[in-house]
Amino acid sequence: MAPSEEDGGGNGAVEEKEKGKKRKLGALATAWLIFYNVAMTAGWLVLGIAMVRFYIQKGTHRGLFRSVQKTLKFFQTFALLEVVHCAVGIVRTSVLVTGVQVSSRIFMVWFIAHSIKQIQNEESVILFLVVWTVTEITRYSFYTFNLLNHLPYFIKWARYNFFIILYPAGVAGELLTIYAALPYVKKTGMFSLRLPNKYNVSFDYYYFLIIVMFSYVPLFPQLYFHMLRQRRRVLHGEVIVEKDD
Amino acid sequence: MGGRAGFFEVEILDWETKKQLCFLDKVEPNATIREIRLMFHKLYPRWYPARQSIKLDPKGKSLRDEEILQHLPVGTTATLYFKDLGPQIGWTTVFLIEYTGPLFIYFLFYFRMTFVYGLDERFTSSPHPVVNLACICHSFHYIKRLIETVFVHRFSRGTMPLRKIVKNCFYYWGFAAWLAYYINHPLYTPPSYGKKQINFAVIMFLLCEAGNFSIHVALSDLRRNGSKTRKIPYPTKNPFTWLFFFVSCPNYTYEVGTWISFTIMTQCVPVGLFTLLCFIQMTIWAKDKHCTYLREFKDYPSHRTPIIPFLL
Repeated sequence: MAPSEEDGGGNGAVEEKEKGKKRKLGALATAWLIFYNVAMTAGWLVLGIAMVRFYIQKGTHRGLFRSVQKTLKFFQTFALLEVVHCAVGIVRTSVLVTGVQVSSRIFMVWFIAHSIKQIQNEESVILFLVVWTVTEITRYSFYTFNLLNHLPYFIKWARYNFFIILYPAGVAGELLTIYAALPYVKKTGMFSLRLPNKYNVSFDYYYFLIIVMFSYVPLFPQLYFHMLRQRRRVLHGEVIVEKDD
Repeated sequence: MGGRAGFFEVEILDWETKKQLCFLDKVEPNATIREIRLMFHKLYPRWYPARQSIKLDPKGKSLRDEEILQHLPVGTTATLYFKDLGPQIGWTTVFLIEYTGPLFIYFLFYFRMTFVYGLDERFTSSPHPVVNLACICHSFHYIKRLIETVFVHRFSRGTMPLRKIVKNCFYYWGFAAWLAYYINHPLYTPPSYGKKQINFAVIMFLLCEAGNFSIHVALSDLRRNGSKTRKIPYPTKNPFTWLFFFVSCPNYTYEVGTWISFTIMTQCVPVGLFTLLCFIQMTIWAKDKHCTYLREFKDYPSHRTPIIPFLL
């Protein structure tokens, strides 16, 4: 699911709520988070640049995934740490929400794009890759600047406006990719378990993917409208301050 | 503060809009919240007492029926807030629906209705005795639960929101269908350790069911005279209740035990998954109950754990 992490003020200057009393983030935690967010911004920038270079040199999107997959897999998998950040409390977001978002990315990268090689040259893959790259560069730089307490307005603007287009585009890319993968999954019966077996369970990856596709229907609008509400709250507040000036 | 002779006035506001919904004058100082709910219901027939949440503070907890007006921190003109809890359904009805579903759904699979495994397998029966045993155990479990709901349980709260029951039914009925599908499947594989595994599981099953029933009876006896207050449960002469020495909620402990035994008996992953989810849910409930006991009773046995002796 094309994620934009929901949270009130990013994961910068976050307070741990312990028994109702608020504590500022420790120096070590802040340093680590800055390092993490800078590294992730850089990683996705590198990925974006590699994609642009490939397209300029080769003039086609065929083979693009293969050429960037190592970088993509590294940085997207590394994002699992964000779940730990929430669990430990240095980031004030729900573990469940972050978990779902990171899981959906991991799922797309490893269980669709990596495992079903025949769809790697689909246009829909490029679509979600581009969306993810722009989203993540914006998001991680937003967090970085937040932690440094110097947030340029255009980054904040980007974070709360890009998603309006990027989110639906990303969902489209992901859904089209899964749809393209279906015939290959059916033919090879991959990741599936048939009866009889001594665990008395069966699993059909093909039908599982269809269920995943349908699950976007209730989930996507909820996340989208949540981001819209966040946007109104954050940017709306900003507007009022300017009026007073 | 109230407490003097003379009537009270009660105004009830909507908790969100703060609009005045009603104004009751000449209210007896010793009126209970239950009576106020009945008066409110007269003015608003569609909001029957069970769906009224009446509180002192818009974001506060709902007041209990037994609370008395003059003992509340209000002046002689009391301001209360109303929140609509939505359509409510009685606990007994809830459990009857939640438990009859799995009972009959399992039969659809056991008797291999046409639409389940296809025309070729319709109404056939399994060559494995353990499949018949599993059906007996599963049915026994839910029939026992239905009997307990009607004759044993005494509920402290009367109702629950109607929306919850749809969600609960999907969950219980859905899981029952899923695990019944595999146990009664023509390609079912009996447990790897054969009769030894099955016999062990049956004995464990019976012990846990007896234990669970004993605890329910013991808890019900605590409220024999129809009171709604909580009391500390203690072990009785029945050996199954001796688990009260170690845990606050042995009924949940035995329930998890029942499902573990059913998993061993059928050696079926969906059953194992259901057992795991039951365990997680019941641990949450047990921890809640345990905390409530600790809060309410100063002399609560301190060595007790919520659900698993010494551990959890």
